[in-house]
Amino acid sequence: MLAGTIYISFFGALALLLLPKASTTAARILALLTAIAGFAIALTAFVSHRTGELITVSHHPWVPTLGIEYHLAADGISLSLILLTGIVAITGILFSWNIDKRTKEFFAFYLLLIGAVYGVFLSYDLFLLFVFYEIVIIPKYFLIAIWGSTRREYGAMKLALYSFIGSAMVLIGIIAAYVVAGAKSMSLDALAAYPYSHHFQMAAFPLVFVGFAVLAGLWPFHTWAPTGHVAAPTAASMLLAGVVMKLGAYGCLRVAMTLFPLGLTPWGFHVLGLGSWRDVFALLAIIGIVYGALVALVQKDFKFVIGYSSVSHMGFILLGLMTLNQIGLSGAVIQMVSHGILAGLLFAVVGRMVYDRTHTRELAALGPMNLNKAIPFAAVTFVLAGMASMGLPGFSGFVAELMILVGAWHAFPVLALCAGLGIVIGIIYIWRAMQKAFFAEPAIAAVQPPMPPISLPERLGAILLIATSVAIGLYPQMLLKVIVPALNSPLFDGLRKGGWQ
Amino acid sequence: MIPISYSHLLQLAMPEVIVVLTALIVLAIDLLFLRSHSTRLRFAVAVGLASAGCIAAILRLYLAPQQANAFNGMFLANPLTNLLQLALLALTIVTLLLSADSTFTEHVGEFALLILLATTGMMFLVGTQDILVIFISLELLSLSLYILTAFDKRCSRSSEAALKYFLFGGMSAAFLLFGFSLLYGLSNSTNLIQIASTIHGSLSPLLVIAIITTIIGFGFKVAAAPFHFWAPDVYQSAPVPAAAFIASASKVASFFIFFQIMTFAFAGVEGSAAWMHLASGWVPVLAAVAALSMLLGNLVAIVQSSTRRLLAYSAIAHAGYMLLGIVAHTQQSLAALLYYVITYALATLGAFAIIGIVEKHSGSDSLSSFDGLSRRAPALSMCLFVFLLSLAGIPPLAGFFAKFYLFVATLNVAPGLLWLVVLAIAMSAVSLYYYLQVLKRVFVTVPPEHADKIHTPPLTLTIVALLAAAVLLLGCAPHLLLQAILQATR
Repeated sequence: MLAGTIYISFFGALALLLLPKASTTAARILALLTAIAGFAIALTAFVSHRTGELITVSHHPWVPTLGIEYHLAADGISLSLILLTGIVAITGILFSWNIDKRTKEFFAFYLLLIGAVYGVFLSYDLFLLFVFYEIVIIPKYFLIAIWGSTRREYGAMKLALYSFIGSAMVLIGIIAAYVVAGAKSMSLDALAAYPYSHHFQMAAFPLVFVGFAVLAGLWPFHTWAPTGHVAAPTAASMLLAGVVMKLGAYGCLRVAMTLFPLGLTPWGFHVLGLGSWRDVFALLAIIGIVYGALVALVQKDFKFVIGYSSVSHMGFILLGLMTLNQIGLSGAVIQMVSHGILAGLLFAVVGRMVYDRTHTRELAALGPMNLNKAIPFAAVTFVLAGMASMGLPGFSGFVAELMILVGAWHAFPVLALCAGLGIVIGIIYIWRAMQKAFFAEPAIAAVQPPMPPISLPERLGAILLIATSVAIGLYPQMLLKVIVPALNSPLFDGLRKGGWQ
Repeated sequence: MIPISYSHLLQLAMPEVIVVLTALIVLAIDLLFLRSHSTRLRFAVAVGLASAGCIAAILRLYLAPQQANAFNGMFLANPLTNLLQLALLALTIVTLLLSADSTFTEHVGEFALLILLATTGMMFLVGTQDILVIFISLELLSLSLYILTAFDKRCSRSSEAALKYFLFGGMSAAFLLFGFSLLYGLSNSTNLIQIASTIHGSLSPLLVIAIITTIIGFGFKVAAAPFHFWAPDVYQSAPVPAAAFIASASKVASFFIFFQIMTFAFAGVEGSAAWMHLASGWVPVLAAVAALSMLLGNLVAIVQSSTRRLLAYSAIAHAGYMLLGIVAHTQQSLAALLYYVITYALATLGAFAIIGIVEKHSGSDSLSSFDGLSRRAPALSMCLFVFLLSLAGIPPLAGFFAKFYLFVATLNVAPGLLWLVVLAIAMSAVSLYYYLQVLKRVFVTVPPEHADKIHTPPLTLTIVALLAAAVLLLGCAPHLLLQAILQATR
């Protein structure tokens, strides 16, 4: 059943290519229907999922001589992220309703990307996971290079190469893990159960973790993210920040940390106060949080503010992973979902609602346009999204960051304080962007050309995203009750033995 | 050993005999009856007949597979050689069909003849264990390819490339022959296995020279650095079908026999290329050649502005990856090498066919003539997308599984070879850059204003689409080909 999310998206992409040339509206509707169908399947599976269950979706031999299987399965973590993908996919299409350049191809690449993302979240065989993980790269490149704006070819190539280099590191790690384990199976639980030597795990863990974390925006490998987000068309930014960066974080949790849990144990010596890879990555995550927030604080380009805020928020996810305690890890997964929704919303406001009407993203130029009067819906949406992103109670961001902070407080008290600092700066940069873009003193002399009103698809998209964020914020148990049992499943046994608190 | 009569031998070599006879028939018909007709008709007839001959040979191989070892390994027939000959014949048919719309020559019969003779050379090459037969079939193959390279007489660069190819080729053949003569002197035998048994795993100075010269000779054939100098010119200037043939079928045969020679004749003097555990032998030499090819091919390909030269440097890089299969020298790595080289041949053939169409239309193979191709020829662009991404190793295309399997097979031998695998994976990350440069031209760049739609001959389009489908299919279901290869290598 759940496998349908992948197939429907791929078939949708194929069907789009076969549509006659002029049928722009048909292409939009087809794409939307495909995304809704995917979401519906994901939602049904989420609702009917019994706590703690690992749903086996599909399990067939694929390359029997190498022990590679076509194995799709979903636990609570996968389900949460698949649900997120469904929501972001629908809203992304709603927010790109105005694309009229090569529409068919746009949505075909878009659905290809979505299908591959579903695939990564569902894969339970490492080879299969890697296949889907790499399929993601190519549509990303073309979405940005063809339909993007500022320095799009540079941004697209940078993103593609960073992703590919990251996945090359992952490939080295998983081939090594596969061969060391006797080259008999690529199945995630078989490899996670294999007792790799301490020495091997110490070497393989950072390789695979960093390989995935490149895509999650780990500082200092984050530089593709702001340029890529800014260059991308709205829907692609939403997908990039919303789900593609989550692929990286998901890979860190699902592959690097389950396969090589001993890689997180202390080295036995200290360098600059760091005693293990866990300390190193936690520190990098904190640097990402604070650095991303600080850089967002001084940006002149509205979209760069959001781009760097993504780096900052992704830092929370990585910090949550490194806490290695239940509350921190579940917080990290909730933050994946929460940031997926909020980043999507923020990019939608900046890229679609504001930029497509004003054709500028300079904060200084946006101020005099008196946007809170011209497009009040955008202003309200941004205020709500900003509040959620700051971590105000009642929104999803609050729950997620609070859980991560509590987890971090147990694990690294000093770093938790720094992360708190990151949250404070987060409030300031959102406030500053909000003030400068929407609530600055209107210029008296300038006569503004009337702007097209916010269209229905945009309203629907924004409402859907805000509603989801509020729903998670008010009732986090909805996600927690599937995530926590998943984290307690046998797959994470190694991690639990290696330092679960 | 059972004595074998000549009639029996002819029966064993029936596929090769069929191909040779076809070659002669095609030549005769073309010269006797069709000289006054249009080139188009002559190509149609020649290609049709030649393909029919190849199909007949395929049927013979497929329906009546032979099992033989005649004249002390001079002529072999076993599942593995059958499989390879099938693959070679299939690639030849594709090449022939792709040349059906060519206009570059009036010597149609000779063209088909040379392609078929080269195919015969390759078929004998893969079906032998005897260094003399290897050398003779290699020369039959090479001489045909030299002439094919020069076949576009109206283009001076074609002749220049052929001359370069010939001079380098002649020199490498001399090296190879020198190495072979040393091997014969050392072992008093021309059979690979008997050579190995007399070497006794001791690395005498003469044997070192034999190893080096053999590697030089075959390094040239497979265009590995630093013996690659002919490749960019030949790829760029040879007529498209000839270049495609050199880049695909001839690679398959050469890599296979390279593997056979190194593993059989030099068994016992492998040495080791493992990190920090180098031991002298032929493996470290090949590992160095492989590393150099990967580095040079990928880095130089970045700056190319001609797509054909780009493919040439990428071919050098791919030769580097494929050499890993020989470095590992196991059954599994042979299977991986064969899977790699066959899928690589499919993708390269397709890419060359598309370059040929674009070149015919715009008169140049430079990157800029691909500007906006997706608006001018959507179907071709989709196929090019598949071929180039397969070469870059993006799943779910055949190139990815080929790389994956090859790396697994290499690491399975010794963890110490990790450095080569890491280098290969890192370099394939580099390669994505230049393949994307081409695809960027195709899909992103706006077509020039006066550019019109590119007309693709229906036959060519069908073949290209089939090749793309094959690349996709073998990527999604690698077992289709892998099963056959594994059964044959067992």
